[in-house]
Amino acid sequence: MTESVATQIDPSLLAASDETETNEVCMDVKNLNLFYGDSQALNDISFQMRKNRVTAFIGPSGCGKSTLLRCFNRMNDLVDSVRVEGEIMLDGKNIYAPDIDVTSLRQRVGMVFQKPNPFPMSIFENVAYGLRLQGINKRRLLEEKVEWALKGSALWDEVKDRLDESALGISGGQQQRLVIARAIAIEPEILLLDEPASALDPISTLKIEELIYDLKSRYTILIVTHNMQQAARVSDETAFMYMGEMIEFGKTNQIFTNPAKKQTEDYITGRYG
Amino acid sequence: MIAKKTSAWFKSGTPWIWLNAGAIAIALVAVFGLLLLILFRGMSHFWPANVEAFYFENDQNNITIIAEVVESETVPVTTLHNIENIHGNKDGNVTRYLVKTGNRDILGSDFRWIYDIELNKREKPENVMVLERIEWGNFYGYLDSVYENDPNGKRQLVASGEQAWPEFRKRLQRSNDIREQILKLEKGEIGAINYTLERLRLKEKRLRMDGELTDKAAEEIATERKQLKQQYEALLKQTQTLYQKINRDSITATVMDGSTVTIPLEKIIKAWQPNNMSVPGKLNFYVHSLWSFITEDPREANTEGGIFPAIFGTVMMVILMSILVTPFGVIAAVYLREYAKQGALIRIIRIAVNNLAGVPSIVYGVFGLGFFVYFLGGNIDALFFPEALPGPTFGTPGLLWSSLTLALLTLPVVIVATEEGLSRIPKALREGSLALGATKIETLWHVVLPMASPAIMTGLILAVARAAGEVAPLMLVGVVKLAPSLPLDGNFPFMHLDRKFMHLGFHIYDVGFQSPNVEAARPLVYATSFLLVVVIVALNLTAISLRNRLREKYRALDN
Repeated sequence: MTESVATQIDPSLLAASDETETNEVCMDVKNLNLFYGDSQALNDISFQMRKNRVTAFIGPSGCGKSTLLRCFNRMNDLVDSVRVEGEIMLDGKNIYAPDIDVTSLRQRVGMVFQKPNPFPMSIFENVAYGLRLQGINKRRLLEEKVEWALKGSALWDEVKDRLDESALGISGGQQQRLVIARAIAIEPEILLLDEPASALDPISTLKIEELIYDLKSRYTILIVTHNMQQAARVSDETAFMYMGEMIEFGKTNQIFTNPAKKQTEDYITGRYG
Repeated sequence: MIAKKTSAWFKSGTPWIWLNAGAIAIALVAVFGLLLLILFRGMSHFWPANVEAFYFENDQNNITIIAEVVESETVPVTTLHNIENIHGNKDGNVTRYLVKTGNRDILGSDFRWIYDIELNKREKPENVMVLERIEWGNFYGYLDSVYENDPNGKRQLVASGEQAWPEFRKRLQRSNDIREQILKLEKGEIGAINYTLERLRLKEKRLRMDGELTDKAAEEIATERKQLKQQYEALLKQTQTLYQKINRDSITATVMDGSTVTIPLEKIIKAWQPNNMSVPGKLNFYVHSLWSFITEDPREANTEGGIFPAIFGTVMMVILMSILVTPFGVIAAVYLREYAKQGALIRIIRIAVNNLAGVPSIVYGVFGLGFFVYFLGGNIDALFFPEALPGPTFGTPGLLWSSLTLALLTLPVVIVATEEGLSRIPKALREGSLALGATKIETLWHVVLPMASPAIMTGLILAVARAAGEVAPLMLVGVVKLAPSLPLDGNFPFMHLDRKFMHLGFHIYDVGFQSPNVEAARPLVYATSFLLVVVIVALNLTAISLRNRLREKYRALDN
C-alpha cells in the first residue's frame, strides 16, 4: 500500500474558511415527506444548503439520514413502494417535478456509497464509465478527463501505471477514492457521500476526509456519517436527525459546541444513539 | 446396553454420513463402470487381433476356419442340442467361441460359433492376411500373387511367394492415393459444379416465374451452363482415367477352404498380417484405425467406415443451438427479473417455464415438425424459394429446425440460470451505475449482464449437456441415417442450414438397432457411444473453461 499518514485537519481551519465562501443557496428542501408504503420515513423536513459547503447529516441508525440523502438524486425512485411529498428546489426547479429527466439530474448530483462499489472493469474504464454514457468516446479526451478526475481524488499517483488493471485489485481505500473519481469525472455540482469512510481503515478514512476538504472548493458536498468526530472535522454545517425528523440544523461549530436542542446535546455527548 | 449404544450411534449422525458416502460411492462406481465398459468394448475393436486357424471334423469332413475370436463363453451342455447328439456328452459345460470369419461374399455371414470340444487343432498361422474391403466386410486368407493389367487388358504376374506381400503393400498405397484423388474430384469439384448447375436452374425458373426471363438473360444462363457442362466433361474424363489407373492391379488369395479368389486392389482399403505384427506395429495400426474411424465417412449402411459426419453434425447442431438459445433465454430472464411487475402472472409464467423443462422431448420434436418445419418452413419456401417448389427448401426437416427445436427444449434451463445470476448481482453495483446517470438499460448492458455472464454460461453448460445427448426430437426435425453432404462446405453460402445432418446419438440407435449385421455393428455402437460421451464432455469443458474465465474477470466484491 502506498497510502501515507496525513496530519489531522484542525476543525478551526474549516470554520475560518467559512467566511470566504458565498451564501448562495444550492438546494432548498421544502416540507419533504417520504413514505415507505404506509410508514413515514421522513417527516416534514425543510432546510437550505449553501453552495460549496460541506453539510453533514448525523443521527442514530434508522433516523432517515440515508433516505434523505437519496432524495437528492432520486435514488429512492428505485424502491417500488416509495412516495415522496414536498419539494427539493435545485436552481429554482423542483427535482420531483414530472418533467425532470432523472438521468441528467443524477449527472448533476453525484453519489458515493458506503461500501466501495467499483465496476468489474479496469481502473480507467471505471472512471470513464460516466463519460462514455454521455457519449464521450474520443480516447484523448477520455484520457484527459480520467487523469483529471483521478488527480482530483488524489489517486492518480498510486494508479497511473496500472490504469488497465482490474479495479477490483486495489485496496478498499483506493477503491473508495476511485469511486469518488468516477463521480467527479462527469463534473457534477453536488456530491452525496453516504458514510463514505465507514468501511475503511483509519488511514484511508483520513485520506477521504482530506479529499472532502479539497473537493469543497468545486462541489457542494452532503455527507452522511455515523462518526461525529468526522462530521466535526469535515463539515461546515450539520443537521441532526432523529426518527425521520430534522431536529437541528446549523453551523457545525455551533451544533457541536452549543446545540440549541436538548436531544442534539444528548446525542453528541453520547447519552443515546 | 447395546440399545443405548445403538441409539447413541444413530444420534451421532454417523449412519447418515455412511449413507451419503455409500450413495456417492455407488454413483461414482456406476458412472466410471459404464464409461470403462464402453471405453473397453468400443476401443478394443480397433486393435488388430490375432487371427487363428481352427481345425475340426464335421460329418467326417475336415474343416478349417480362419477367424478372430470375438467372444468366448461357457454354457451347460444341456442347452445345446446338436452337441449332445454328436458327442453323447450329457453333463458338464462346454466352452464356445464366437469367431469373426469375414469373407461374407463366400460364406454368407461373417460370424459363427465354434465349440471347444469339436476342435482337433488350433494354431496361429504366420502369414494369414486380413483385408478391409469397400464391400462385403473383411477378408481373411493367404496372399498368393500380385497381378497387373497391361494396356491391352491382359493380366500379367508381377510377384508371388515371398515378394508378393511387399509388392502388394506398395501397390495398395498407390491405389489408395488414386481413390483419394477420385473422391476429391467427385465430392469437391464435380459436386461444386452440380451445385452451381442446380442454382442456375433455379435462377432460370425464378426469372421465368417473374416474367423477367429476357432473351439476353436466357442467353447468359445458357452460356454459363454450357461452360459448366464443359468443365464437367473435362473433370469426368479426368476421373475416368483415374478409374482406369486404379483398376490396374489385382491379387489372388487362398481362402480357408483352399479355393482361390481374385480381388482387385480398387476394392481394398487396408491390408495387414496381424500374426506377423510387433506390438509397436499393432499400436501404430490401432492409432491409424481409430483416426480413420473418427475422420472418415461411413460405409455399408453405417456398419463400417467412420463416423465423421455424425461428429460434425452433432457439434454443429449444438453450437447453433447455443447461439440461438442464449439471446432468447437471456432476454426472457431479463424481462422476468428486471422489468416485469412481480405478481401472480409472473409467478405463473415462472411455473410454466420450469414445467417446460419436464415436457418429454419427443413432444418438442412433434411441435418442431408441426410449427417450424411445416408452418414456418413452408411459408419461407412459399415466400423466398418458390422456384424450387414443389421440392421443399426449408419446408423439410433440417439443421436449422433441429437447432431451433433443441433451443426451445433447453430454454428453461438458460432462463432459470440467468435469473438466478441476475438476482445475485450486488445492489450496490446497479446503484453505482444509476447514480452516474445511466439508464436502466445502460446499467443492464454495461454492468449487470457482464457480471451475470458466468451464470448465463452455467445455464448454457446445462443446455449443451442436455441437447448433445438428445435424439428423439431430432429424428422428427432433421437427423437422418446418412446425409450425402455436410451442412458446411465450400459452396456458397457455405453454411447450409436447410440440409439434413447426421448425429452421433441417432447413429448409435441406427447402427445398434437398424443394422443388418448385428455382430459387426456391436463394437461400433460402443465406440460411437464413447465418442458421443467424449464430444459432450469436450463441449462442456469448453463452456466450463469459458465460464471460469468470466468468473475470474467478474469476481463479485466479496469483502
